[in-house]
Amino acid sequence: MREYEPWSESRAAEVVAAHNVGEGAALPILHALQETFGCVPEAAVPMVAHALNLSRAEVYGVVTFYHDFRREPAGKHVLKLCRAEACQSCGCDDLVEHAERRLGVKLGQTSADGRVTLEAVYCLGLCATAPSAILDGRVVGRLDKTRLDVLLTEAQA
Amino acid sequence: MSVRIYIPRDAASIAVGAEEVLAALTAALEQRGVQAEIVRNGSRGLFWLEPMIEVATPRGRVAYGPVSAKDVEGLLDAGFLDGANHKLCLGVADEIPWLKRQTRLTFARCGVTDPLSLDDYRAHGGLKGIEKAIALGPEATVEEVIQSGLRGRGGAGFPTGIKLRTVAQTPVPQKYIVCNADEGDSGTFADRMILEGDPFVLIEGMAIAGIATGATKGYIYIRSEYPHGIAAFEAAVKTARKSGLLGSHVADSAYSFDIEVRVGAGVYVCGEETSLLESIEGKRGEVRAKPPLPAHQGLFGKPTAINNVLSLATLPVILAEGAQHYKNFGMGRSRGTMPIQLAGNIKHGGLYETAFGVTLGELVDEIGGGTASGRPVRAVQVGGPLGAYFPRALFDTPFDYEAFAARDGLIGHGGVVVFDDTVNMAKQVRFAMEFCAIESCGKCTPCRIGSTRGVETIDRIVRGENHAANLEVLEDLCNTMKFGSLCALGGFTPYPVMSALTHFPEDFGTPPRLQAAE
Repeated sequence: MREYEPWSESRAAEVVAAHNVGEGAALPILHALQETFGCVPEAAVPMVAHALNLSRAEVYGVVTFYHDFRREPAGKHVLKLCRAEACQSCGCDDLVEHAERRLGVKLGQTSADGRVTLEAVYCLGLCATAPSAILDGRVVGRLDKTRLDVLLTEAQA
Repeated sequence: MSVRIYIPRDAASIAVGAEEVLAALTAALEQRGVQAEIVRNGSRGLFWLEPMIEVATPRGRVAYGPVSAKDVEGLLDAGFLDGANHKLCLGVADEIPWLKRQTRLTFARCGVTDPLSLDDYRAHGGLKGIEKAIALGPEATVEEVIQSGLRGRGGAGFPTGIKLRTVAQTPVPQKYIVCNADEGDSGTFADRMILEGDPFVLIEGMAIAGIATGATKGYIYIRSEYPHGIAAFEAAVKTARKSGLLGSHVADSAYSFDIEVRVGAGVYVCGEETSLLESIEGKRGEVRAKPPLPAHQGLFGKPTAINNVLSLATLPVILAEGAQHYKNFGMGRSRGTMPIQLAGNIKHGGLYETAFGVTLGELVDEIGGGTASGRPVRAVQVGGPLGAYFPRALFDTPFDYEAFAARDGLIGHGGVVVFDDTVNMAKQVRFAMEFCAIESCGKCTPCRIGSTRGVETIDRIVRGENHAANLEVLEDLCNTMKFGSLCALGGFTPYPVMSALTHFPEDFGTPPRLQAAE
């Protein structure tokens, strides 16, 4: 879990300026904004456009193209379960179902109490210790229902 | 003299408890008043034995694994610090047969050295390649790479040396080296292991490519799903700059080269080279039509040599040992070694670097030891989500670009994912189309729309609706995608689909076996 800053236009301007270095800086800037605010707020889009001499539509197109960029902040914890082939061969589909049932959400949704966002990820490169997951940046391999329950309990606490 | 202990920092080792082992060991050593130096090495790639920890002894590094935090006290009591016997003891690491049978050229140092120590890198043969490249000069360096027979390890298999020559022969002041570290294929982790376990070999390889082509700037695009890889590589770049391996006088030569790290944002198609270039430019990662080739007009419109991590990380050994040494390994037009990744439901999964020519059966049954579940192997997907599913009947196929292509498959980036007999191939095929639909960049119609129509058609087939007619539709759709898509995402999704239909027709019969999802 990590704390993000509340939206502030002056802080956003700082972040944009700090990362507007070199050519093609859109992704570094958007990553930095999300690191700061937990998402890429709508109000930041025109600021990025102005800084990069692009149209708002172009920046909006970039933000929405990449799966990583959030338009709204996620829950307090983000649990990503891998559902690519190597993890499928080790039963990840059952784990996804189990997590969905326990949290009462589908992949891509946040639990009603706002504590856990459950997402799919397509490969963490941990394919010889499958199934895999990542909870708030911490990687977990050889996942089974028992280990998944520990992660879920930790995230829900 | 204090004892030296190795605990891997590889993400896969961390995912199965390396940090907990480190904490338990540190505490136990302190309690016992033992002075120890703990090195965070990369992984040697025997993932079923991770966390695999090692201790330096006079007879070599003795390995133990898989170790969990609760084993630590028992290990110390048994005399782990002297390499004593214990039920987790694996003997001298270099003598473990699974490791000893390999031919490690690209991965020679991975798991052996401290990945962030340039001194350790040099002590284990590092930097000999770049010294040779500097002595040879650009033209002879390119020629050496051409002679080695190295082909692009990202999947396409295009000769790396020819790519470098094309960029070298384009006379403009600004050119680029781009390293594709957007390793999105399920079942692959070799790039990640290099980033985390031997980043200097990649830095050296990129710098050699810079010298060879006249490019002074390199970009590496690492996927965001690899946070440990990003951190390790960034740290290595800093050290390389400080010590003069990167900068205005690369390794005290007249050549200049520097590297900028860019992080992806969760999009699979950005592993396609032109999409990756768009992404570095700050745009939507939409695929470009070719020509022009990136070697002529690549990043920011300039000549660009874009190569996979493994291709670039192999340049140092080719230069250091000579083209002929590398070329002596392999078969046919597939020269050298391939870091093969054994993954999924497999007993002995991990990184197995060996000369081309090993058969799929040897890899899965002998080296991999069959499934982890203990059930029979039914299907093996080689080459990632866009690779074909092979049945046991094709286990005599040698690992070779042409041999796999001749059987309507591909070796791709070298990932081998094993499935046992509980696999439902109709479900796998549906996933292949679904994944293509999720990840399509949307630029070309066969991929963007074909993938969604594919999911619908497969659902109809498994429901038993107009079975024969819909099978024909699916086959036709696959042909349209294969020949009409701009890039390999739409173009190769038919591989898993058609291979499953061909080799596992029983899973597509009526009555339906698959519950239509959603």
